[in-house]
Amino acid sequence: MPKAFAASPADIERVYRAIKRIRRVEEVTADIYPSDKIKSPVHLAIGQELVSVAVCDVLKPGDVVGGSYRSHAVFLAKGGDLNAMMAEMYGKDTGCCRGKGGSMHIGDAAVGVAGSSAVVGTQIPMMAGYALALKHQAKGGVAVVFFGDGATEEGCFYETLNFAALMNLPLLFVCENNGYAIHEPIAKRRARPDALCAIANAMGVPARRVADGNTFAVRDAAGSAIERIRKGGGPEFIEAQVYRWREHVGPNEDFDQDYRCRSEAEPWMANDEVTRLAALIDPAIRAAIDDRIEAEIAAAVTFAEQSPPPKPEELHTNVFA
Amino acid sequence: MSSPETGRQLRYVDALCEAFDQEMERDPSVFVFGLDVDDHKSIQGSTKGLLQKFGPERVFTTPLSEDAMTGVAIGAAMAGMRPIHVHIRMDFMMLAMNQLVNIAAKAHYMWGGQVKVPLVVRSMIGKSWGQGAQHSQGLHSMFMHVPGLKVVAPSNAHDAKGCMIAAIRDDNPVVFMEHRLLYPTQSEVALEPFTVEPGKARICTHGDDITIVGISNMAQEAIRAAELLAEVGVHAEVIDPIWLAPLDIETIAASARRTRRLLVIDNSWTMAGASAEIIAGVMERAGPQPGIQAERMGFSPSACPTSPWLEELFYPNPGTIAATAWTMVRPGDKPWAPSPERTKLAYQVQFKGPF
Repeated sequence: MPKAFAASPADIERVYRAIKRIRRVEEVTADIYPSDKIKSPVHLAIGQELVSVAVCDVLKPGDVVGGSYRSHAVFLAKGGDLNAMMAEMYGKDTGCCRGKGGSMHIGDAAVGVAGSSAVVGTQIPMMAGYALALKHQAKGGVAVVFFGDGATEEGCFYETLNFAALMNLPLLFVCENNGYAIHEPIAKRRARPDALCAIANAMGVPARRVADGNTFAVRDAAGSAIERIRKGGGPEFIEAQVYRWREHVGPNEDFDQDYRCRSEAEPWMANDEVTRLAALIDPAIRAAIDDRIEAEIAAAVTFAEQSPPPKPEELHTNVFA
Repeated sequence: MSSPETGRQLRYVDALCEAFDQEMERDPSVFVFGLDVDDHKSIQGSTKGLLQKFGPERVFTTPLSEDAMTGVAIGAAMAGMRPIHVHIRMDFMMLAMNQLVNIAAKAHYMWGGQVKVPLVVRSMIGKSWGQGAQHSQGLHSMFMHVPGLKVVAPSNAHDAKGCMIAAIRDDNPVVFMEHRLLYPTQSEVALEPFTVEPGKARICTHGDDITIVGISNMAQEAIRAAELLAEVGVHAEVIDPIWLAPLDIETIAASARRTRRLLVIDNSWTMAGASAEIIAGVMERAGPQPGIQAERMGFSPSACPTSPWLEELFYPNPGTIAATAWTMVRPGDKPWAPSPERTKLAYQVQFKGPF
């Protein structure tokens, strides 16, 4: 059993709502996907929602987050507009990126979602640039960059760890380690798969690993890190072990493929945070939360389906600012 | 907007420095960073005095890390700052291609206009004194290829200042190419801030016999070639595109339609390069019977050798440019070339290493 972390009923309800909402958005997305209405490759967060929710729960509105092509969770957790995200996946003009980014490139600048990137690792130095700007502004803002274990094999990861430490940037590195880069397990890619935190520490960025998939454990680690960073303590690194339940890209499970097996996923599914947190909440309250989530998602789908496509002239709009 | 005539002569390198100084004074969001910007040599003097005036928060060196530093510049620009990122050689920008092509050029578009990337990426092109294969490349066509990037290659001190101020004020990423041999060259530069705006070429000399387009320092070499050609009765119209993206193809096309001869001299290779783009753009605008003879010159299709005897053969020069133009204009006459002694440009003769 995971260790119990201090959390009030209000905390649990808020966090449950955020995780459940992302889970249901992803499940609904997967359900719609075979209809071909969503014209965008989707990298679903199912199984990994807890990290975005835990970290964003301790952020302030002025803080900025950025992530990878698998960023539905961080977008929604930071307060990104659900209607706009759904419309973006539909390629509609009302999408958060006017239908020009799709699922892999989502952003909502108004709430501090800087934009997600599909070239692995590129968001890491980009968010260090945000951190540099926040440091110059000196208002206590913090930047957070989310990335997977694959991104830690890119050169810019090491370059950015060094620069962030050197410049004492207000930057939290959050590695969502799901153990796979597309279909390749970390043991085939790294001489020391367990050394991510050691690497960050060696580069001058204090690191902490949360291995048990407990939302409040990640929240605890993020909360204390963010507090230190906000006070000028410099960058920190969190490695959160998670498991991706669906295929790398697309709506389906892929345990029938030959690169991983269901037995590997089962312990994670058995300790699913949506189920665990749900059990901690009064059933009537939980039902009300769930009903609201379903209504919100249904409205977002309707919004996306009824929104107009972009006009032809949009093709050439925003090439240059 | 061009500068009023003041008569003040300034070196290219000092014109750049003055642009940084004035823009950093005007706008606190402007900062300069990159390896060596704050050291005793201050990028050949182009960032001299900025550290003392604006402090280490706005003028600072970096780890080499070209890839990540470009990402940092992009993120800072998206967050509202105006970074000037410096590479001491354009060759090193290959390490920044991922961020420049995949993020800087795309950010405004793929995130639906929510963010802008007001970023200037400076780099120098080397020549002579053994710069060799990896300190001499003009790689502008790689950046011209990508929508969302602006590319500029000023060939004189006036344009260096005006283009730099325009680049800093631009809300888009600008690849700013400087030629090392131009640094000591002087021209008239107004003291007050002014801009040389994107998308406008300059006609440097007027003539009816042939249009010669020169890119970066090749504009200076083409002007010298035109002087030599004038002595033998051939009148060349030399055009400096200044900005390569956006490219003022209309000015070049109008001249070529009139002279019916177009010679493009690039400070790079010709294969899939800026010279190919310029000639294609002119021909597309020339109608069904263009009647325009076109040729181009550029780096030899090899790496740049360090031996001066070989390097001499690697580049076009005023002599080879003039000889090529002569043959285009007077195809029936016997070939002509100016005396090699008269083709040497003073600023190139004077240049000594190591840089």
